[in-house]
Parts: sequence; C-alpha cells; structure tokens
Amino acid sequence: MTETLEFRTAIRDALAEELERDPTVIFFGEDVAAAGGVFKATPGLYERFGPDRVFDTPISELALAGAAYGAAVTGTRPVFEVMFGDFMALPMDSLINQAAKFWYISQEQGSVPLVVRSAVGAGGRFGAIHSQTHATWFQGVPGIKIAFPSTPAEAKGLLKGSIRDNNPVVFLEHKRLYSVKGPLPTAEQEVIPLGRARIARGGTDLTLVSIGKGVPDALDAAERLSTQGVDVEVVDLRTLRPLDLDTVLASVERTNRILVVEEGPRLGGWAAGLLGMIAEEALHDLDDAWTLTTSETPIPYSPTLEDAFLPQAEAILESVTARLGVAAG
Amino acid sequence: MARLQAQEQGDSTGEKAVEPFLDGYARMLLIRQFEQAMHRLFLRGEIHGTTHLYAGQEAVAVGVCMALQPDDYAAGTYRGHGHALAKGTAPEPLAAEMLGRVSGVCGGRAGSMNVIDIENGLVGCFGIVGGSIAAALGAAISAKRQGRVAVCFFGDGASNQGYFHECMNMAAVAQLPVVFVCENNLYGEFTPLAAATAGADIASRAAGYAMPSEVVDGNDLWAVKAAADRAVTRARNGQGPTLLECKTYRHYGHSKSDPGAYRPDGELEQWLERDPLKLTRERLLSEGVEDGDLASIDARVNAELDQAIERALAAPYPDPLQDAATEFAA
Repeated sequence: MTETLEFRTAIRDALAEELERDPTVIFFGEDVAAAGGVFKATPGLYERFGPDRVFDTPISELALAGAAYGAAVTGTRPVFEVMFGDFMALPMDSLINQAAKFWYISQEQGSVPLVVRSAVGAGGRFGAIHSQTHATWFQGVPGIKIAFPSTPAEAKGLLKGSIRDNNPVVFLEHKRLYSVKGPLPTAEQEVIPLGRARIARGGTDLTLVSIGKGVPDALDAAERLSTQGVDVEVVDLRTLRPLDLDTVLASVERTNRILVVEEGPRLGGWAAGLLGMIAEEALHDLDDAWTLTTSETPIPYSPTLEDAFLPQAEAILESVTARLGVAAG
Repeated sequence: MARLQAQEQGDSTGEKAVEPFLDGYARMLLIRQFEQAMHRLFLRGEIHGTTHLYAGQEAVAVGVCMALQPDDYAAGTYRGHGHALAKGTAPEPLAAEMLGRVSGVCGGRAGSMNVIDIENGLVGCFGIVGGSIAAALGAAISAKRQGRVAVCFFGDGASNQGYFHECMNMAAVAQLPVVFVCENNLYGEFTPLAAATAGADIASRAAGYAMPSEVVDGNDLWAVKAAADRAVTRARNGQGPTLLECKTYRHYGHSKSDPGAYRPDGELEQWLERDPLKLTRERLLSEGVEDGDLASIDARVNAELDQAIERALAAPYPDPLQDAATEFAA
C-alpha cells in the first residue's frame, strides 16, 4: 500500500521539521504544548523541543498576537495557534495594526516573520461562533499573507513555506480536513512558496476555483461531472493574499467559464472579489462566470440546516449542471 | 567645560555619579526643544495630520532609557517622540519623519504616531492605546533568549485596555524580562483619570499578577532612573517583570486639536512648578554643577537641534513616482 499522510500529522511534521531546522522558530498557544492541541495536531512537540520553544499560554489571544509581533521583529520566528478561527476577532488589532504594517511603515527596516494557525470552517456542528472562516477578515489588509491548504501534502508544504516566509501569515486549517489522509508530499510540495496557485485537475470546459476544503469538494464534483461529459479544471488558490490571478486567468483563457466556490457569504467574499478581477482583466475570455457561496446568515447548528448551508460537492454538482444545462446523470 | 572634562576623567566618585545625569539633562532638553519646535512647525503647516507632544514627561523616557543598554528593546506610544529620542534616535531623521520627508527615520511612511527605529532597539510606537505593551511582551521573548531586556511606555488610559491585563498576566506567568512603564499623566485623551480608571494607584494592579511594582515621581529624573535600575536588574537576573507607575503631566493637550480646556484652573501652573527640566537643573546645580556647564549643554543641544531641523526641512518629500514600495518582504 502506498504510504499516506494524515492532515493533522502533516501539520505536526511541518512544525517539527522547522523547529528542528531553525533554532529561532518557537511555537505557542492555548493547550498546544502539554495537551498537544485540541485537534491533536501538535502532540510531542513540547516533549521534543522543550518549554523554551514550545509552550502553553493563557487564553489571551490579543497578547499572543502582540507577543508574536514583538518577538518577530526582534529575531524570533514565532508560530502561534488561535484555536478556532472565530477567535481571530480578538487579536485583530495586533495583526492588522502592528504586524501587517511594520514592513511598509518602517521603510523596510525589518519584517515580521510570524505565522498564526487556526482551525476553521463549518460542517462539524460547532455552531455560528466556532465554524467561521476568517480569511476575508484579513484579505483586504496589505502586508498580511493568507494560506489555506487543501490536502495533507499541501498542508505540510504550505506550513513550512509559511514559517520560512518573512511576512505575517494567517494560516487556516479546515477542521473537516484534519482526519483526511492523502499521498506524501512530492518534492515540489516539501516547501511551497506562498502566492502560487496550483492546477489540481486539468480540464477544458469550466474553471472551478476554490481553496481549503473547497478543493476536495470541487474535485469530487469534477469527477462526477466528467461522467456527464463536462471536463472541469480545478484551481487550488492555496493563498488568498497574495492572489495568483495569473493562474486563474490562464485557465479561463482555456475554458471560457469560471465558477468560484467559497465557504462564506457572497457579499464581501473572496470569490466575488476574484470574479471582479477576472471580469476586469478577461471579459473577452468569458462565456460565463458565477459564484457558489453560502447564504447571508450566520452558520447554523442543526445538521439539516448546516448541510444545506454549505457549498459541498453535491451543491457544486447541482450548480454546474443547472448553469450549463447538463442533463443530470 | 573644564569641569566636565575633569568629570570624564573621574576625579571623584561624587562627580562621576552626576555625569550620567548631565547626559540625561541634555537628552531631556533635546526632547523639550524638539517638541516645542514640532509645535511651531505644526502651526506653520509643516507637520500634517496630528501630533501628540511629550513636553512635561521627559524625565520618564530619559530616566528609564538611562537604565538600559543600547541593544535593549523599547516600545513607545503615539506620544512617542520622547521615547524615540531617549532610546537613541537622532533628531534629524525624527524631525524629517514628522515633516513627511524622504530622509525620515521611516522615509516619511510612518509619521508622528508610528515611529520605528530598529537600529536603536525601538520596535515601534503605537497609535492604538496599549499596543506598546504587547510589542514589549514579544520583544521580551526574544530578549530572554538574547540576554536583553524589553521596556514599554504607555499611558494611564492604556491600563484599561485588554492589552494591559493580558500582557501583565502572561509576562508574570512566563517570568519574561520586561518592564512596564505607565506614564500616568492624569488624562486619557480628554477624560480625567478618576472618571475612567477604578481603584487606587495603577501600580496596585500589579499585585493581582504577583508582580513587583513601584509608584515613582515621574518628574524626578533620579527617582525614575533608580526605579528603572531596580526593575531592569530584576529582569536581567531572570526575576521577571515589573510595573512602574510614573506620575507626570503633559504640558500640552492630548493632541494638536486639544487646547486642554478641561483642565482645572491652576493645574498646569502647579505642574509647571514641578517641570522636570527645572527640577533636573536645580538638582544638578545643588550637586555642584555650575551654571556655565548647563549653559554650554543648552547651547550645544540648541545648536544640534537647530541644525537637525534645518536639514530636515531642506530634505525633499518622497517622490511617488520613485517610490519602490513593496507589499511584502522577500
């Protein structure tokens, strides 16, 4: 059997390898050290690297972000965890007004190599305030990068790339991916530089763009659409800032149709923003362009409501068949 | 000047002890004259937006920075010109920053409230009340590994921010080498301390975190230096953080849009009696420094500042067409 990697293990391995490689890397957060993380993504790191480099902190998200900023501008490379993405509302001042600004307003005297990891996303019945995806809260902030991996191999490579990146990185881990197993990283996936999308599946009829868990959902839908004669190209953006527009434009030039799938509301979402840029740059290439997003409400708790809320594989399939007039197969 | 040269040679212990305070006096005077120059330049329209002047609080920044090594870290506030000058930023690039000129310490990108000078250990000045506290907490994480110390300056208003309580607690739990310096100037923006801040002295809040603290006369350079020495020594020895509450007063209003009309009659005059520069001069004279020595310091500082501002004003504004700004570090 081919060797596989679990998503949560990929996170742990990336941290361990970077802690091992670079003595200035430290890792901290709530319950990440002795307990190994509430999603069991970081067990063993505390035992291996000791309390000076891997440590538990108070439940003080603002202090954690400020501490990461102060440490990052003075020669340390901090990685910290804000347990659920929803909690990212608390440290926003430090991340937005300190970390994201430093490189520019200091006239490039130094940079802020910090990474803040969080578990995000709905589908786990966690309710409105433990299920959000905070990417769009930060996408409009110059100076901050946003990475959101879609597979275990991608998670490992993107986290290593984020830790080596000299800028503040908001790193999202979809909680419904933690138990997913997948192939080991290829040589190219060992360390993935931020800002380059990847073609997750080649196709000629439609460009389907997503990120994070949206990518396996899109791939699932694409496989089913292929049996109906629709050849879908799936683009995994990998990062939402910077945004690899070129890869999307090149794909749209081939397919002339684009669907962007976002687990979040359309208004103010990254999907609508991306479509706007595609329209601005490549209207001549477009036969059709649309988004599949959530409704404009908070995320519901009840399983029936939450399942209906999410743009998962089935919903993507229905959206494409309805839009392209394909006979349901 | 002969006397100063004799002191540099260390002709008696008493005179050696006064020497750092002569430097401190010079630095305080530089800050005062710098702020008065900024006030004039603001009224002339040369400084844009707003600015928050440090005049009246000079003994705090200078006394604390006298206790630091050059490679220790400091974080300041939007009232940060004094923090930068005390930590070692030269007046010309600082003035040029205020003026929005290309030769500014941040190339004119930061402005009055957000000066950063990494070469001098100034990790930032923060326009959001309390931001300096967290920056110093983080710098202390590096400092602990590097054998250094971090300090932050913040106002009485910041002691009501989440930053203050979260960072005090975390610093105490982790025993980080950080000194929290509260500049209690009696007003959070336009609101008097008592209307916004519960409890007795802000220093007493340290007890909740089992952290040593001191209430300090923030207009007394010697008192600030001595308290900072104790706190920095504790930090350097691995004995963790300290909260210093330095009681002081700002001579101007909160910002340039604030004439300070809410201050009770006579309050400013009372504090001007205890002007830290005046107190420092008096103490130096009482310790045997001569008028002539102070006069020569005054002349030197004034000449240095005049030249700095002249050069800063002569520098060009950044050219948007030449600006090679990048969003990200490579």
